[in-house]
Amino acid sequence: MISILSTLRIALRALWVNKMRSALTMLGIIIGVSAVIIMLAVGTGISRKISGQISSIGSNLIIILPGSSTQGGIRMGGGSQSTLTKDDADAISRECSAVSTVAPIHSGTAQVVFGNQNWSTGIQGTTAGILEVKDCGLTAGRNMTDQDVRNANKVCLLGQTVVDNLFGSTDPVGQIIRIKKIPFTVIGVLESKGQSLGGQDQDDTVLIPLTTAQKKIFGTTIPGMVRTIMVKARSTEDLDVAERQVTDLLRQRHHIGAKKEDDFTVRNLTQILQMAEQTTNTLTLLLGAIASVSLLVGGIGIMNIMLVSVTERTREIGIRMAVGAKTWDIRIQFIIEALTLSMIGGITGIIIGSGASVFLSSMFDYPSAISLLSIVLSFGFSGFVGIFFGFYPAYKASLLNPIDALRFE
Amino acid sequence: MTMIETQKLAKLYDVGDEGVHALEDVSVKIEKGEFVAIMGPSGSGKSTFMNIIGCLDQPTSGEYLLDGQKISGLSHDELAEIRNRKIGFVFQGFNLLSRTTAVENVELPLLYNHVPAKEREKKSMAALKMLGLEGREHHHPNQLSGGQQQRVAIARALVNNAPILMADEPTGNLDTKTSIEIMELLVQLNRDSGTTIILVTHEPDIATFSKRIIRFVDGHVISDEEVKKS
Repeated sequence: MISILSTLRIALRALWVNKMRSALTMLGIIIGVSAVIIMLAVGTGISRKISGQISSIGSNLIIILPGSSTQGGIRMGGGSQSTLTKDDADAISRECSAVSTVAPIHSGTAQVVFGNQNWSTGIQGTTAGILEVKDCGLTAGRNMTDQDVRNANKVCLLGQTVVDNLFGSTDPVGQIIRIKKIPFTVIGVLESKGQSLGGQDQDDTVLIPLTTAQKKIFGTTIPGMVRTIMVKARSTEDLDVAERQVTDLLRQRHHIGAKKEDDFTVRNLTQILQMAEQTTNTLTLLLGAIASVSLLVGGIGIMNIMLVSVTERTREIGIRMAVGAKTWDIRIQFIIEALTLSMIGGITGIIIGSGASVFLSSMFDYPSAISLLSIVLSFGFSGFVGIFFGFYPAYKASLLNPIDALRFE
Repeated sequence: MTMIETQKLAKLYDVGDEGVHALEDVSVKIEKGEFVAIMGPSGSGKSTFMNIIGCLDQPTSGEYLLDGQKISGLSHDELAEIRNRKIGFVFQGFNLLSRTTAVENVELPLLYNHVPAKEREKKSMAALKMLGLEGREHHHPNQLSGGQQQRVAIARALVNNAPILMADEPTGNLDTKTSIEIMELLVQLNRDSGTTIILVTHEPDIATFSKRIIRFVDGHVISDEEVKKS
C-alpha cells in the first residue's frame, strides 16, 4: 500500500477536481446537521424557558379564590364575592396535613412615593409564608415576621422593578416610602423573578403585612377578608390530597350543604403549567421529527451524489489498477475522500447550526440549548451515509478485473 | 530469453446458456526484445489475448509464464504489482485521467511503486521530454491533441522502466500522419531500449512496423510469421 500522505494528497486533489460534487455532498451534510441542531436547540430552549417560568411562580402551588356573587340575578364572576378570610388561611395551615405553608393575600393597586419619585404598583398584604410559597428569596434585608403581621407594622418588601423606579442606585433598605400617604419602612428587597407566563412583570410588587393592608390601606368588607389564599403542598404527590383537604375544610367552615356549589375556587396552578410543559415537550418532539426528515433527505442527497459520482469514476479506478494500484490503494483513496467530505461538511454544519441556534435564542429571548446528542446524532448519521456511499461503489470497483473497470461506461 | 509464454490458454465467457470461447488453445512464445503485432478481425480474441498476457484479465484455463514467473493463480494485488513493474499499457482511447495534468498522469505508475514525490516528478518530466512534450507537462488531456495524448500514455508506460509495452490499437483514434509518428516512436523504442513491444491492431499498414505478426481468428492462432522488410 502506498503511504497515507500520498493517498491523502490524491484524495484532496480528487475532491478539488470534482468541485461540484464535493460542494453538493457537503451541502447535504451541512443542511442535515445544522437542521437537527437548530430544531432541537429551539425546542429544548423554549421548554427550558417555560420550566423556568413554572419554577418562578413557585412549585406545588394551589390558589384559592373567592366564588362569584350574584346580585339581582346577575352573576359577577369569580372573585367578586368576599368569602375568604385570614381565619380560613389559619385553619388550612392548622388542619390540612398535606399543606406545608399558607399565605393569604389581600391586594390592590396604590401609588408609592419616595422622595420626588412615585410609582403605581400592586400592593400585596400577606404573611411571612409568602416567600416560601412563591419560592422567592431576598437580595437584601429581611423577611416580614409574624409579629409584623400581628402588630400591623408599617414595613414593606419591594420587588426589583419598584426599587429601580423609586430608588435608582440608592440602597432602599431602611428608607421610608409612602403608600397612600402612610409611611412604610423598607425592610427587604425581593429576588428578581422576571416575567410570568402571561407576560406580567412579577417584580412590580410591594409586600406588606396582611393586617396592615386590611386595616390601613384597602379596608375590608367583612372582618379579616382576603382576596386570595396561596397554599404550598408538601410535595408534588401531595398536591391532589392538599386540594381535597382544602376544599373539604373550606366547605365545612363556610357551611356549604352537600349539594350546593362551592363559594370559592381552588386552582392547582402547577398542574396547569405542567400541561404547558408537556405541550412544549411535544413541540420539541415535533421539531425533532421534522429535523430527522431533513437529515434523512440530506442523507439521501449525499447517497445519490456519492453513488453516482463514484460509480462514474469506475474507469478512473480501472486506469489506476492497470498501472499498478492495489485493492487497498483504491479503497483508502475513496475512504479518505469520503471522510474528508463528511468531516468538512459536518463541522461546517455544526458551526452553522450552533451559530443559528445562538442567534435565534438571543433574538427570541430563550436560553440556547445546543445538545451534544443532536450534534453526535446528525454528524454520525450523515458521516456514515457519506462514507458508506463514497466507499461502497469504490469497494465494488476495486474487486473488478482492471479490464472490466476500464470498459465500464 | 523468453519473455512471454502461454500454453493452451483459453478464455470462456458466460453468455446465456452456452459459454462463448474468446480464446481456445492458444500457445505462443515471445522473446525479450521482440516487436510483435497481433492481428485479426474484431471478435477474433486478439484483445482478450492481450488483456490476459497484460495481467488485466485471468484466463479460464491454461498456463501463462511472464519472465519465467507463473501468472495463473496469482492474487489481484500480486497481478497489480506485476503490471506496475513489468508492463506499460497504451490504449486506443488513451485512458488518461481526464482532470489531471500530463505530468501527474505519467507519475501514476511511480506513485504505486512507492517512488518519492521529488523523484517521481523528475522522472516523469524526463519521460515527457523524451517524447517531445516539453512545455506541455501541466496541460490537461483535453488541452492536448490525440497524438500528444497518446505520447503522454506512452510516457506513462515507459516511466517505470517496464520491460514490456503493450499497445491495444494505439493508432485507432489517430489520423494517418500521427499514426505513423507514433509507430515510428515505438520502433525506435524497441530498437534503442530493447523494450519488448506487443501491438494489437487490425490495420495491416500499422502491423508492418513490427517484426512478427500473429493472426487470430475465432479465438485460435491461424498464423505466426516474421515480417519481411522490403
